[in-house]
This record gives sequence, C-alpha cells and structure tokens, in this order.
Amino acid sequence: MDLRLSDSDEAFRAELRAWLTRALPELDSPPARDDWPARVRYDTDWQRRLFDAGYAGMSWPTEYGGRDASPTEQLLFLEETTQAQAPYVGVNFVGNLHAGPTLIAEGTDEQKAAHLPRILRGDEVWCQCFSEPGAGSDLAGLRARAVRDGDDYVVNGQKIWCSFGHVGEFGELLVRTDPDASKHRGISWLILAMDSAGIEVRPIETLLGSSEFSEVFFDEVRVPVVNRVGAENDGWRVTNVTLSFERGTAFVGEMVDARRLADELRPLVHDATDRHELGHVLAQLDALWALTMRNVTQASHGTPGPGALMFKLAYSEARDRLGELSMRVLGRDAFDVHDYRVEERLRTLSIPIAAGTSQIQRNIIGERLLGLPKEKSWE
Amino acid sequence: MNFDLSEDQRALQEGIRRLCEGRFDMTRVRSGFDTSVWTELADTGVFSLRADGFGWADVSLTFQELGRALVPGPLVWSHLAHGVVDGVVGGLERPRRGEPAIVEHPGDLDALAVIDDAGVALVRPADLDPGAPLTWPLDPLTPMQRIAELPAGEPIGDARLATAWRQAGAVLTAAYEVGMAQACVERATAYALEREQFGRPIGSFQAVKHLLADLAVRAEVARAAVDAAACTLDDPETGDVRRAVSGAKVLAGEAALGNAKGALQVYGGMGFTWEVDVHLYLKRAWVLNTAFGAPAAHADALVS
Ligand SMILES: Cc1cc2nc3c(=O)[nH]c(=O)nc-3n(C[C@H](O)[C@H](O)[C@H](O)COP(=O)(O)OP(=O)(O)OC[C@H]3O[C@@H](n4cnc5c(N)ncnc54)[C@H](O)[C@@H]3O)c2cc1C
Repeated sequence: MDLRLSDSDEAFRAELRAWLTRALPELDSPPARDDWPARVRYDTDWQRRLFDAGYAGMSWPTEYGGRDASPTEQLLFLEETTQAQAPYVGVNFVGNLHAGPTLIAEGTDEQKAAHLPRILRGDEVWCQCFSEPGAGSDLAGLRARAVRDGDDYVVNGQKIWCSFGHVGEFGELLVRTDPDASKHRGISWLILAMDSAGIEVRPIETLLGSSEFSEVFFDEVRVPVVNRVGAENDGWRVTNVTLSFERGTAFVGEMVDARRLADELRPLVHDATDRHELGHVLAQLDALWALTMRNVTQASHGTPGPGALMFKLAYSEARDRLGELSMRVLGRDAFDVHDYRVEERLRTLSIPIAAGTSQIQRNIIGERLLGLPKEKSWE
Repeated sequence: MNFDLSEDQRALQEGIRRLCEGRFDMTRVRSGFDTSVWTELADTGVFSLRADGFGWADVSLTFQELGRALVPGPLVWSHLAHGVVDGVVGGLERPRRGEPAIVEHPGDLDALAVIDDAGVALVRPADLDPGAPLTWPLDPLTPMQRIAELPAGEPIGDARLATAWRQAGAVLTAAYEVGMAQACVERATAYALEREQFGRPIGSFQAVKHLLADLAVRAEVARAAVDAAACTLDDPETGDVRRAVSGAKVLAGEAALGNAKGALQVYGGMGFTWEVDVHLYLKRAWVLNTAFGAPAAHADALVS
C-alpha cells in the first residue's frame, strides 16, 4: 500500500502539464452561464483540442479512438486539468462519459461508426432522457411508450430533467416496449435524434436562474428500430452496463475545486466554531481524496470495494458542509451570486439529488454492502 | 500508486484478526489489561513490528484490528517506546503547570513516558506520588490515577522525538479508533438483522438502515484517512505529514464516537445495558479522543 506515483505516471503528468501550459492561453474567456450557443462552441472546441492532442476518450479503448489510459492516468488527467482551470467536460459530458461507453459496450458496428468518432472530436452533443415526472428514484417505473410500427418505434410520453436537452443533437432514450412485463423487463434503450418530428423541448429554469435541463415531450415520434441499442426489452441491463465503466474518478474534478475553495476560506475564518468546521471539512476532503485513490486502485485491479458505493453520499455531505461554511464566512457578501463561491453553493445543492439521491444511496449501501433486507411491500 | 492492501498486508491483517478472535474474546477483554496481555502481544511481535522491518502502514493495520477487538492497555505507547524502553510503557502529554495528570493503567507500568514540546522524558512508577486512583473510571477497562505533580523524569529524546511520537501516536490511536468504528458497524448490523419488531428485522426499516449506512460510510472514510496518514509517515514525500496525521485523528475520533453512539441507538434498550459491549466502545472513544491531540485541536491545526 503506497501513494507514490510510478515514473511513467510522473512522465504522463509532466507531458500533460506542458501541453496545458501551451493550450490554455489560446482559449477565449469562458462564456456566460446562459449563453448556450457560446457554451456549446466553447466546450466542443475544447473537446476538439483534447482530441487533437491525444487526450480525448481517456478511458475509451484505443480501437475506438480512445487512449485506454490506466485509472491512475485518468485520475491525473482530471486532477491536472481542473487544477489548471481548463474547461470542464461541459456539454460533452453525456457523450463522453455515458452514451459513448454504452455504445462501445452494447452498440452495433454501424452505431459505433456513426457516433463514436464524432463524440470524441466534439462534433456531436448528447443528452440523457431517462427520468420522467413519475419515474425519478424509481427509474424503472418509467412509462414513455414505444410501439413498433414496421421499421420504426413510435414514441409517446414525457421526459424531464434532461441535462443539455435543448442543445443535444442526440439523446439516450429509455422507453417501455413491453407494458405487460415486470417493470425492469419491458424497457428498451434507443438512440434519439433530437431533431425528430414530434419532439418538443422546454427548458426548465433552475434555482440558479439558468436552464441546465429540460422537459422533453414526445408526440408520435418515429425512432428507427436500427437505433435500438441492445435487444428489445433489455434496456435496463444496457443502462447498468455503462456504470461498470466508472473507474472511481467521477468526482475528481469536483474535489479539486472543493479543495481550492476550502483553502481559500482559510484566511477568512476567524471564530473558533468556523475554524473547527473548516478543519473538519479539510479533513473530510483529504480523506475523500484518499478514498478516491483507493477506489481507483481497486477498479484497476478489477475488484471494486465498498468505497465505490459510498463515495457519492460522503462527498455530498462534505460538499454541503463546505457550502454552508462559505455562506456563513461570507456573511452579507454572499448576497451577490457573481461571487463564484456563492454560485458554487447554489450549484452544489444538486449533488445530493442528481444521479441517485442520498436516500437512495443509503438504501444501496444498507442493502448491497451491509446485507440488510429491503423494506417490504414495494420491491 | 497502489492504495490498497498488498497480499502481505492482507495476511498480516488476517493474522492479527485471528489472534484477537482466539485469545482476546470479549470475556478476556472485559477482564482488563494485565502483563499477560502485554506479553502475548509482545510475543506475537505487535510492539516490535517496526524493528522487524514493517512500515507504519502495517502497524496501522495491526492497530485497526486491536481496536476492532477492543484489546485494552497502553498499546500505542508500548509500541512507540519499543527499542527505547523495555517493558509495559504508558504515557501522556505533560499537563500544563498546576493541572493534575491523569495516568492510565498506573498499576501495570514499568515506565511512564511524558511528552512536551522540549522532548520525551521517562518517569519510573516508583517516583510517582501515589495520588488518588479514580474509583469509578469512565472506561472500566482503562484504570486511571490522578497525580498532583508529575516529576520531571529522565530525558530520553529531544523535540524531534517528541514530534515523531506525537505524529505516530496520533496515527496509531486513529487506527485503533477506526477499528472500533468498524466493530460498531458490524455489531449493530448483526443485531439489526436478528432483532425483529413489527414482524420483521429492524434492519429493514429505513430509519435504521440509513443510520447504519451512515456509520459504515463514516468508518470507511476514516479508514482511508488513517491508511493515507500511515503511508505518508512511511514516505513523507508523497504528502504533507502534519496534514495527513491531523485529518486522520479528526475523522477517526469522530467515527469511533459517532459509531458507538449510533450502534447504541440500534440496540435500543439493550444498548443501555452493561451486558452489551457497545458502551465499552463508547467510553474508550471518549478516552482516546483526548490522546495525542483532541479532534478539535487537530481540526484547528489543519486550518493554520
Ligand atoms: C442537476 C440535475 C441534473 C439531472 N440530469 C438528468 C439527466 O440529464 N437525465 C435524466 O434522465 N435525469 C436527470 N436528473 C434527474 C435525477 O436523476 C432525479 O432528479 C433523481 O433521480 C431523483 O428523482 P426525482 O427528482 O423524481 O425525485 P424523487 O424520486 O421524487 O424523490 C423525492 C424525494 O423522495 C426520496 N425518495 C424517493 N424514493 C425513495 C425511497 N425508496 N426511499 C427513501 N427515499 C426516497 C428522495 O430521496 C427525495 O428526497 C437530473 C437531476 C438534477 C438535479
């Protein structure tokens, strides 16, 4: 057990740093949060630069244009790019980290050829249409209906919370293809062209006052059957396969930012209570960094440990404490959301909700790790 | 970077766990510390691990197991003093002038190490004023004696040794605390599976399940901090020793205390009895939180 980087990891880091030093000054200043055309241009331009430099698709296999980097290199990549304040993955998130890996694992050759190179180059923006008004935590209860008609599915229903839905060109779409099967069994996974006839996208205003996600309405939308990924009614398994690509690095960028914010608060805390709280938060963030290294090590050995299922819950709580502390320390300065620390407090309110709420995380830890029985009646 | 136990470390962990299960079951643990405990641990090599070529990460794993089993005694001090002083060694931070010292395990010590900023001094038990034993010590497995004035003792090391012992002592105490926190998760989970109310195991109720999930996460996060601190002691270039040590002591202290209290709640009325072991974990957590720097002091140190 050690924390020492290998020579080749150090070499990777040095090479990446050198490239970042050259590449970052060439970028324009980042666009405003609500200027979506500019955000798409900015984020996809960065993706293209990563591609040209050989840093796109860090975790993807080389046969699909990826770098097939070791988990440690993936961790270093995220750490270094965040530390250098390079652009975030932004609108490329779903394509790079979710849709792409799903197609790699389950797509046909045609589907792969059509999308993977374009995702890597930043030519294609994806979004995720999974959640519905009636199916959030209980995602498998989704009801958007797809009925086969010749070579097409005809889709009716509604999706919600679709991040980048109003700028995505393609969507990952989960639909119910067999309403009579048990709820996990009748779901299929489709590639959705967001410009298909019958789709209406309505942005939702978040508590930041901007539109990060949308409602999507489907009225007789035709999706070619060749766009189905995996077998009909096997969509739940397809959805979960993607998760196995996660190498424990999901929150690395987040954590680098959180540590920077916590360090910045040091000179601002004066009374003893706030100092103790900041000390606790620093300890938690350091420990979560260590837990990330553990998760990454275990993932690279192919034996994910308990930390992988625990990370999000623990991070949500540490980040909330940091957010509250920064509000308290800023006092009346916190009334201006232009202060990025205030904006961060608001943004991070979504962490305990998105991608599985903290309550759902606790159910998973209690049932899968501790072996406690499910609560009766509904499962 | 390979932040997971090696094969050898797994074997070491397994070995110490078996030792504890075989020789230090709760009946033995409840009878408290005596020289036979020390001798058996010494014979197994627990105190000489470093001299035998093991690293702090290995020692930390060992202390995690000792804490899980709640093996009593001045084990951390005896480990620190190995090679410097023979026998059962206890210790403490020298209290500020005018404040009494509370010495743990007073009847069993061959020597008492006293740390202050200037260095480490050794006091022979014969030179201690008899003081007043605490007749109702908070932790029944840690007998204590209040002593009005600690003698200066014989210096055995300078400020460098004091720093080294403070840091390693904090990490090993934190390791012991993480083991305690983990034991509380295991015990409370087992009880939640077995105890039934309303016709089903109480562990199926979300209020209980979520409480246990929080305990499990707290122990795991603290373990990562402790392992990282031990690795940083082994290879200081890979991190910031002070920061890693303080972080470990903060989180492990919280985990030992929080998890003992959480477990007590899961046990219901049984948790308030002498019979169920949880109170012993809780009381030890309070004691250890004062050793090698209280969490609040370490939290403070992290900010400055
Ligand atoms: C910023 C953001 C981005 C998102 N992006 C996307 C996206 O791109 N695509 C997409 O498909 N979805 C997206 N989501 C949706 C997200 O996955 C859901 O919001 C989340 O799964 C919770 O579902 P819900 O909002 O319906 O809440 P609900 O499921 O209604 O939950 C409400 C409350 O009930 C609790 N609860 C529910 N079930 C249980 C239970 N069994 N036990 C205990 N408590 C329970 C929850 O913990 C929560 O506190 C996004 C959400 C956010 C906030």
